[in-house]
Amino acid sequence: MDTVAISPVEGSSEANAGGPVIAFEDVSLAFDDKVVLDRISFTLRPGRLKVILGASGSGKSTVLRLILGLLKADAGRIFVAGHRVDDMSEGDFMAVRSHLGMVFQEGALFDSLTVRENVGYRLYEESDRPLAEVDVRVREVLGFVGLADFAERMPSELSGGQRRRVAIARALTSRPRILLYDEPTTGLDPITALTVDDEVIKLRDLEGVSSIVVTHQLRDAFYMATHRAVTKGADVTFESLPAEEAPKTEFLMLRQGHVAFEGTAAELRGSMDRYLQEFLS
Amino acid sequence: MSRLSIWLKQAVLELQEYCLLLGQIGRGLVSRPIYTRDIIEQLDAIGIGSLTVVLLTGLFTGMVLALQSGLTLDQFGARSVVGRLVSASMVKELGPVLTALMVTGRVGSGIAAELGSMVVTDQIAALRALGTDPVRKLVIPRVVAGTLMVPILTIISDSVGMIGGLVISVTQLQVAGSVYWTNVTEGLYLNDLWMGLVKPVVLGFALVTIGCHVGLRAKGGTQGVGRATTNAVVTASVAILAADFLLTKLLIVLLY
Repeated sequence: MDTVAISPVEGSSEANAGGPVIAFEDVSLAFDDKVVLDRISFTLRPGRLKVILGASGSGKSTVLRLILGLLKADAGRIFVAGHRVDDMSEGDFMAVRSHLGMVFQEGALFDSLTVRENVGYRLYEESDRPLAEVDVRVREVLGFVGLADFAERMPSELSGGQRRRVAIARALTSRPRILLYDEPTTGLDPITALTVDDEVIKLRDLEGVSSIVVTHQLRDAFYMATHRAVTKGADVTFESLPAEEAPKTEFLMLRQGHVAFEGTAAELRGSMDRYLQEFLS
Repeated sequence: MSRLSIWLKQAVLELQEYCLLLGQIGRGLVSRPIYTRDIIEQLDAIGIGSLTVVLLTGLFTGMVLALQSGLTLDQFGARSVVGRLVSASMVKELGPVLTALMVTGRVGSGIAAELGSMVVTDQIAALRALGTDPVRKLVIPRVVAGTLMVPILTIISDSVGMIGGLVISVTQLQVAGSVYWTNVTEGLYLNDLWMGLVKPVVLGFALVTIGCHVGLRAKGGTQGVGRATTNAVVTASVAILAADFLLTKLLIVLLY
């Protein structure tokens, strides 16, 4: 396990350039008698994608909620963008959350707001930026996820895949450097799931966004790990990662609150561990 | 652990969470950001939206009060003082309590269902992730609107109730309108008006905060939202009646 380079400089994101953007150090959490996470440690480096795999109830989504401060850890230390957050108050956390974008399972779009209002929510409600400027940014991110014509629709008028893409757009609006995806493709058909996977790859490769994807959809996880986005003129295309290129995606497998595996897609495929082989089959 | 101790533990936890919510509301009321647009929307939703039901409740309560009082007063040959009974009962007791109960049925349940749905579909978590405090954005506008609008609705209900009493007095009890109005004004003292105004402020605050608390604590999908809605109405209704009794006792000591 890497040493957590940001620990000595906590509170200073500038001083942390090049170090991990997220770090967990021996983090534990239990709900009553049920242990959800038991001394979990891992790091996420800038511009990388970490895929957290695991069966239902293995604590995958809990990791994201701890990063966002929606849950508090019982023990251990958590660093986000150079700030130690495990003992941070809700008020102080609001500033850290400006570095983070979260795509919730099923999207969690606000039912009573249009797509435009959902996507621009953070800027409309929580910033002093002029409305015209916010509208431009909203059009830009909706264009990025290919839903520019859906700005005035209500979330209930969208398909499952479109809802997830709007959720990605909403998470992107304030230009966070870290994106968290909770089961972004669960419940989607394979074709629609691919469009969501492509958005994750585009953000990693073209925007340099650091991300964590929690999923149990192996097909999508390996697609993200083995493909890259390249620009050809004004178009973006997706192609298999050449063998000589270092992968930007790492896997973390959780099993009953413990880390069962951490490494690249190739290492995961080559693992002789029985549980991993069973999970991958 | 016995079922009783589990129940007690749960009850204490709910009370603790409710008190924490009250603390957050207190802090939110005196610090920024304040979501003014949401407050205005809620003033409209709670105030204007509840107007019809409150008007009908007040009117029929005043009418039935005049009918029943007329029967009882006949036994003493005092039918002419029916206005006193109607005004005192409406202003001090029935106006505030029935308005609060009707608003609970209409607004308290709606708040619990709306916030409960937002909790189980992760919209509350999404709000926090987007840097918005759900208490400031969702709870405080409803609390401000409820605390302001329930007293105003109560005044409207009281007035309509007295007009309903007048209609019955004139048409059914053959009491002259001028006699009725003289009794209405003579039967009311300044202390009664204070009691009639303090009560709905407290009851409005209670019904909205209970609706918000129960909604925000919803869990377990759509079934949980249904449970939260029922719990909000039952808890707030009982709380209104209990608070009304305690307030009456307190205000009698303080005002009379």
